[in-house]
Amino acid sequence: MSKEYSFYPGCSSQSGASSSNYLTSVNAMCEELDIKLNTIDDWNCCAASIGYAGGGELPRVSLSARNIALSEKQHPEQDIVATCAACWLATREASERIKESTKIKEGTGLALKEAGLEMKNDKNVRHMVEVLVEDIGMAAITDKVKKPLEGLKIAGYVGCQTNRPFGIDGESFENPQYLDNMVEAVGAEPIRSYEKKVSCCGGALAFSEPDKSFNLIKPILESAMDNGADMIVTPCPVCQMNTEVYQDKINEKFGTNFNIPVVYYSTLMSVAFGRSAADSALNGQVIQAEKLNAIAAK
Amino acid sequence: MSDLNQALATKYKGNFLKEVIDNVEEGDMVQMCMQCGVCAGSCPMGPHWEHTPQKIFMMIRANKREEVLASDSMWMCTSCYNCIARCPRELPITHIMHGLATYAKRLNLVPKTQPTAKFAQLFWNNLTSKGRVNELKLGISLYFMNGFGEGVKTAMANQKLGLNMLKTKRMAINEAWGGHSVKDKSGFHAMLKKAAEIESDSIEANSK
Repeated sequence: MSKEYSFYPGCSSQSGASSSNYLTSVNAMCEELDIKLNTIDDWNCCAASIGYAGGGELPRVSLSARNIALSEKQHPEQDIVATCAACWLATREASERIKESTKIKEGTGLALKEAGLEMKNDKNVRHMVEVLVEDIGMAAITDKVKKPLEGLKIAGYVGCQTNRPFGIDGESFENPQYLDNMVEAVGAEPIRSYEKKVSCCGGALAFSEPDKSFNLIKPILESAMDNGADMIVTPCPVCQMNTEVYQDKINEKFGTNFNIPVVYYSTLMSVAFGRSAADSALNGQVIQAEKLNAIAAK
Repeated sequence: MSDLNQALATKYKGNFLKEVIDNVEEGDMVQMCMQCGVCAGSCPMGPHWEHTPQKIFMMIRANKREEVLASDSMWMCTSCYNCIARCPRELPITHIMHGLATYAKRLNLVPKTQPTAKFAQLFWNNLTSKGRVNELKLGISLYFMNGFGEGVKTAMANQKLGLNMLKTKRMAINEAWGGHSVKDKSGFHAMLKKAAEIESDSIEANSK
């Protein structure tokens, strides 16, 4: 029987948005793993980590409260699952704050009422990688592999928010292993000593403070190259975007010649599970992952 | 000085810590800081903070109201949560920095040219307009946030990036007219209006 979840896809996953390729590959991956994602109808933006200038605490928490309330109504028995790091973080943080503070609970209750909603706040809010690690397991992932990604050396860039502050499956913040384990589960070679595994890419500040952020992105790429990586894998839309699409700009600024593909874990799995290049969203790579293209075409 | 800022400064005269505890997101936790400096040493933007979080916590206790609120320090936070993960006293440092930034914004004390303050406001306006982010409009408003001349220059410099995003269907021109939206826009807006009112009322009440 398939495992079902109440799914919060988030803004960047929408058609024509920056991580629409992530959702494409997640869908293929979930089909193969018999995971059913029931999208929360009429979900809204979570305000990510950069909405704070315009929105105070209560408006921001209310945004997530609305999504939780809709999920409770539509999929009462299912955990909420997000694929985006910021969506997961904002929703889980909101849920916790409503539990911890009477003032926030009352405030969001009144705000939700204006939208004709109410919430019990009894749901687990989880990230897709938690589903893979805790509910599916690496052995079951390996079982589904039809085309092992043999010979590929991959740097697992976990980044920030799919790690801190909540952690994945009780792992350490400084050196989590889950992404490396996924790489191994699909038959590729993880670089477990990747020094920049949990470093920050600048997040949303790549837009507002590009120069400061490029100084953070460069060592993330450099360390992957120095460790002999064929590509970088990440669980986060902002990490993916920042480390992939600015490589030209970083080369311009530092006189480097980075041209390393950055893919999602779901892309790796879709290819390894035998899905087509299109299902795996390989056409969404600004820097083509040629080695994955070759495996998908086999 | 805005009227609200003046009123709060007067009300809490001599006790900025109390003002932070009463009005800033998770501000009560400032009292827990033991000045170890792990946050300052863990921040990826460390070199760019005029005052590190550690310093800001001490400045709050030392009553340096203007210096803290008018500083661009809090706007350096990338929300990486390294400080939260490492703080031995479990201060929610990231949240407090966001809270101080919001509070400074409310009191109209943010340095006028602070780029993240501008971008963060654009982001909020963008997402609240229809309930979902319109990345195309957000990108364009970001390029042009410092005026038309600079906007054209930035847009030209990032032409290849834009083309790459279009080519991979990770950006869509049709977002310019219409674009993604929640269905219950009126309920969504009513909810946000109420939440903003409750928060403003509480701070107004504290200023009296």
